[in-house]
Amino acid sequence: MAEAAESPGDPVTASSRPLFAGLSDISISQDIPVEGEITIPMRSRIREFDSSTLNESVQNTVMRDLKAVGKKFMHVLYPRKSNTLLRDWDLWGPLILCVTLALMLQRGSVDSEKDGGPQFAEVFVIVWFGAVTITLNSKLLGGNISFFQSLCVLGYCILPLTVAMLVCRLVLLAEPGPINFMVRLFVVIVMFAWSIVASTAFLADSQPPNRKALAVYPVFLFYFVISWMILTFTP
Amino acid sequence: MAAADELAFHEFEEATNLLAQTPDAATTSRSEPLTLQGHVAVAVDSGGSYGAEDEVEESDKTALLQEEKQQPGFWTFSYYQSFFDVDTSQVLDRIRGSLLPRPGHNFVRHHLRNRPDLYGPFWICATLAFVLAISGNLTLVLAQRRDPSIHYSPQFHKVTVAGVTIYCYAWLVPLALWGFLRWRKGVRERVGPYTFLETVCVYGYSLFVFIPTVVLWLIPVPWLQWLFGALALALSAAGLVFTLWPVVREDTRLAAAVLLSVIVLLHALLALGCKFYFFQPLPPVHAAPPPQATSLPPSVLLPSTAPRSAST
Repeated sequence: MAEAAESPGDPVTASSRPLFAGLSDISISQDIPVEGEITIPMRSRIREFDSSTLNESVQNTVMRDLKAVGKKFMHVLYPRKSNTLLRDWDLWGPLILCVTLALMLQRGSVDSEKDGGPQFAEVFVIVWFGAVTITLNSKLLGGNISFFQSLCVLGYCILPLTVAMLVCRLVLLAEPGPINFMVRLFVVIVMFAWSIVASTAFLADSQPPNRKALAVYPVFLFYFVISWMILTFTP
Repeated sequence: MAAADELAFHEFEEATNLLAQTPDAATTSRSEPLTLQGHVAVAVDSGGSYGAEDEVEESDKTALLQEEKQQPGFWTFSYYQSFFDVDTSQVLDRIRGSLLPRPGHNFVRHHLRNRPDLYGPFWICATLAFVLAISGNLTLVLAQRRDPSIHYSPQFHKVTVAGVTIYCYAWLVPLALWGFLRWRKGVRERVGPYTFLETVCVYGYSLFVFIPTVVLWLIPVPWLQWLFGALALALSAAGLVFTLWPVVREDTRLAAAVLLSVIVLLHALLALGCKFYFFQPLPPVHAAPPPQATSLPPSVLLPSTAPRSAST
């Protein structure tokens, strides 16, 4: 195996030893020359791939990332048991959603700072530290999901609640009253259930079967707190 | 060929023998060490042809069970994983045990059984903190409905206060209690006071009964609120006292009485503090919450009211 490691990096010595080159033509079962021949073309292909993403235009890069984020949004809105969210995780989507939610939860009024709704930093901290805590919890309970995959899933599943926040803000433009509140309550409850179903569809399989409820309950608490922040928002 | 056949048949026979002798060895994970040792003896006696890898398995199992104290270092992840080694049914069983304390029924011995977990205390405290803040906010909403002059605001800072209070109580008080018990016991006995984790577990699970109580405090009938509060406090404190009694009764009567009354008092102060701080609708005239009992640990809001109450 040491020879196999040396041969790809030593094309000069390989060419200076025609005997071995002949052997490589004849004997296919020998792994040393075959490995040397296989790895060299792969390397040049990797170099080509690297330079292609380096040299592409910024628009291409941004659009590729945006398309990936959009695809994951679709997966959250129509939750199926697919592995896309888990395999190619990214944290752009959760960041966008968290910032949007935190911005929409800001009140424009000049209330006393201590008595108001959640500040931007509070929402941010709750979302990110809540997601980190839930991930740690599920890993400690013996789940076999990676740290960032779980953060990705939890962050993307805030999408229904962000939509609920948008709808609530629109509904609040109408006159306040019990109907107003009922509509908002209904929307928030439906979106809350959607978030739970979506995240459970992705996360539940990674837990041992007799601890699923232990791992899902913190997710329930997390989305419940976010739903509460959305429901109690008054401009 | 004959030798291979003989070998195969030999294995099968030994397998059935072993399964017949210890029928539940494969299924239970918490089998008694005695049974397992018997299993190991059988495997060793039956020769090396069958139990080559099985022997290693069984000896690993016995090694794990006997040398339970040989845990991985505290910088490894598996060290903390050992504190979350519980199933759903176990957590539910522990919660049920904390809700119904019985005099002879030691929570630690009956329910924890030397396997304390951190899942229960942590998430019960988190749930209680959020439920406190949410219920307090809901009380304000309901009060505003009845009396539109009350100024409603989401009061999100109360979440922070609730979280800090509950977590400090549920982790610092067991630390103090554990330290005190260790000091009283001295280094004479190893079997005596509970470990720190078991104390945290007891306190954490005893706080569970406050979660439904806090939700029931939404009912705006004062005497009903006090009734629920007293009931919850009685259940919770009883659980603590029944658990600590076997450890404390070996001490002098004075020390035991003082310790138990201090524990009950702290618990009562927590309940009262929560009731007053989170469930008092703000009268419209004042902009700050009314001066509270000094039971709360120094929190964000108190420094602004402390000078006022100090001046009065």
